[in-house]
Amino acid sequence: MNFLRKYLDKIKPNFQKGGKFEKLSATFEAFETFLFVPAKVTSSGAHIRDSMDMKRLMSVVILALLPAMLFGMYNTGYQHFLLTGTTGTFWQIFGFGFLKVLPVIIVSYITGLTIEFAFAQIRGHEVNEGFLVTGMLIPLVLPATIPLWMVVVATAFAVIIGKEVFGGTGMNVLNPALTARAFLFFAYPGNMTGDQVWIAGIKHAANMPDTVSGATVLGNLLQSVTDNLTYRDVSSKLPDDLNAFLGFIPGSIGETSKLAILIGAFILLYTGVGSWKIMFSTILGGLFMGWLLNIFAANAYMELPAYKHLLYGGFAFGAVFMATDPVTASQTEKGKWIYGFLIGVLAILIRVLNPAYPEGMMLAILLMNVFAPLIDHYVVEANIRRRMRRLKRAETVLNKL
Amino acid sequence: MPQVYKIRKGLNINIKGKAEKIFVKAEMADSYAVKPTDFHLVIPRLEVKEGDKVKAGSVLFHDKNHPEVKFTSPVSGMIMSVNRGERRIIKEVVIKPDISQEFVSFDTGNPLEMKREDIIAGILASGLWPAIKQRPYNIIANPGDIPKSIFISAFDTAPLAPDYDFLIKGSESEFHTGVDALSKLTPGKVHINISDEYPASLAFSKARNAQVNYFRGPHPAGNVGIQIHKIDPVNKGEVVWTVAPQEVVMIGRLFKNGIYDASKIVALTGSEVLKPRYYKIISGANIKSLTEKNTREGFHRYISGNVLTGRQIEPNGFIGYYDSQITVIPEGIHSEFLGWAKPGFNKFSISRSFFSWLTPDREYKITTNMNGGHRAFVATGVYEKVLPMDIFPMQLFKAILAEDIDMMEKLGIYEIAEEDVALCEFVCPSKTNIQDLVRKGLDLMIKEMS
Repeated sequence: MNFLRKYLDKIKPNFQKGGKFEKLSATFEAFETFLFVPAKVTSSGAHIRDSMDMKRLMSVVILALLPAMLFGMYNTGYQHFLLTGTTGTFWQIFGFGFLKVLPVIIVSYITGLTIEFAFAQIRGHEVNEGFLVTGMLIPLVLPATIPLWMVVVATAFAVIIGKEVFGGTGMNVLNPALTARAFLFFAYPGNMTGDQVWIAGIKHAANMPDTVSGATVLGNLLQSVTDNLTYRDVSSKLPDDLNAFLGFIPGSIGETSKLAILIGAFILLYTGVGSWKIMFSTILGGLFMGWLLNIFAANAYMELPAYKHLLYGGFAFGAVFMATDPVTASQTEKGKWIYGFLIGVLAILIRVLNPAYPEGMMLAILLMNVFAPLIDHYVVEANIRRRMRRLKRAETVLNKL
Repeated sequence: MPQVYKIRKGLNINIKGKAEKIFVKAEMADSYAVKPTDFHLVIPRLEVKEGDKVKAGSVLFHDKNHPEVKFTSPVSGMIMSVNRGERRIIKEVVIKPDISQEFVSFDTGNPLEMKREDIIAGILASGLWPAIKQRPYNIIANPGDIPKSIFISAFDTAPLAPDYDFLIKGSESEFHTGVDALSKLTPGKVHINISDEYPASLAFSKARNAQVNYFRGPHPAGNVGIQIHKIDPVNKGEVVWTVAPQEVVMIGRLFKNGIYDASKIVALTGSEVLKPRYYKIISGANIKSLTEKNTREGFHRYISGNVLTGRQIEPNGFIGYYDSQITVIPEGIHSEFLGWAKPGFNKFSISRSFFSWLTPDREYKITTNMNGGHRAFVATGVYEKVLPMDIFPMQLFKAILAEDIDMMEKLGIYEIAEEDVALCEFVCPSKTNIQDLVRKGLDLMIKEMS
């Protein structure tokens, strides 16, 4: 790779102060450091540094997202073939989904990175790697049928309003990927909810087989409450647990397969990149709320066994990839327990008791994003009080002497 | 059985080049220096000029703000040069040593029978006072203060750190005299902290007039700041003094023999040293005679101290006043193609995102490369893994960035020093220079409090 290094060194002066393309220095830096870990050495403080940097951190998260993405592609094809009643080989099924999903991913990356580069340029700082993850998360929480122009608008909204106005990477209050989803959810509900969006080609389907409902499991469950069905009626229509776990159900691209998400969770936890406290407490909170609703069991939805909540919708995906976003989550270790637990509780609460929103995870996480600084405040306050008490004790001892 | 303090958070960094326990008596170096830059916030006022003759113990300069704090020559000889840096700041006072050493004579005596003022006066006159540092702020102690306790960390957990038992060998009785002297300086206790993981030298574990505490765990368990935090934390308005064992020995020698004998043992360490060993030298020695012909080919960094907190010096530079270790590691001046994406079997990291986790006991050759660019704070919970204190590091660092004095105080800035957060700096994936940041915060506090 010497020729590449030499070429970069040759053109580098153009991008430095006084060079022809001085204004594009951030862009150059981004590409240069992508290709080569820079030869920069420590100048003050510790003489050696951990091998881990933002690029590595973000690439681990992307690696963890890959199983969910690949399965999402397969499931997009699988649901479509199920709908049309035809059969195909593995590659036909995967290929169909691949061609549906890839454009969404590409559009999300191009839109977001363009804005990121522009802001880095204007502010004169280095391009942060955060969007590499956000750019992958956005497609995975959208239905495969989403029009590409909506992806552009939502991504732009998330990056500009959700992140850059707060000061850029590390300063945002709300999870950018969920901001994008929430934007579409409220601005274009027709493309984000209902039974016409989850399966590619459903709008043009001539005759739907009876076995296909079109709506997500959560949508059906909410409908059952409106229709005053008993849990026994509902349960026969629910997908079996194995299919829900493996992900052969309609839903957002990346959220359906709990197995793929578990693989991702394993990668995040094993490398130490994701917080196990948040994941664990979110699941705990979800199970707790599900169990609490079981006790009241006023309608069919409330009777749904708590563990099934984890298998349906975006609960698992949110717990593993969204709630754990370090910037928007609680930053103290104790706070992470509270933050995660409340996400779990709220997600199930919104799902079951709010007739307007079939999926509660997105709103629960966004809500807790807002409250995370408050949780941290109280955790830190406790530490300050401990220190104050120690000081008082020391003073009383001193006074006695 | 005394209490064992277990430290769980922290990180041992395995670097190649641990010093073998072989002891070499180094020849007299061709020059020695006292570096005012070793003493934070000291404004030197010279008392000698080039060409002056000095003895070991003669005053070279004093501190403008504390004229009683003297800095004396470690050897007898002639002032060779006064090297200045930017804005004429005095960087080094260099002494060419005589062949036979002469010493200024100071009063001897049994410290246990001496008055506190006389002990302080004796230490001040000899130039050993700067060896006593204080918390908060990690600066030279103010002789006018009365510390609530005095801490001696008798083991070092930093990367490639020397074995303190080995450093103190043969000086046991001087160490005890030194502890005696220190015990008169505080109404509280002198704490000697040793590792629980191996039987420590009897000089430490059987010291008189001191309380011995045991610690177990990874770096920074050996940092005196962590030990103070666990045993007798510094509250607002309180002062604790700290001294390193070799300096305690020097204080002991002062009262026993009446001279400033600055000889000490240092470990020459690092992956680029051919024969990493222990050397007996005199404080402030030029390291050229130790490292010349004893390092590998290549472009290296010479550090007085360890890789986390030491200072870069020239290959013919001088060892720092407080240091008992020299480290030589390769400069990381090579850019690596897609380095961040490689599996990384040979890359050390606290995270398991590199495959080096397969070989936890392996020793690494770590260079000075930053391993990435500076970024915004993103990751959380990383600093907390390596700071074994009841302190919220991220919140404290942000308070310092915001220069929020009140918040800094509330979050415990009095309890930390640069060296305590060195591991936070090492693991930071955003590559923030945290030691500089904490130093800035401490200096802000000093300004605010004066």
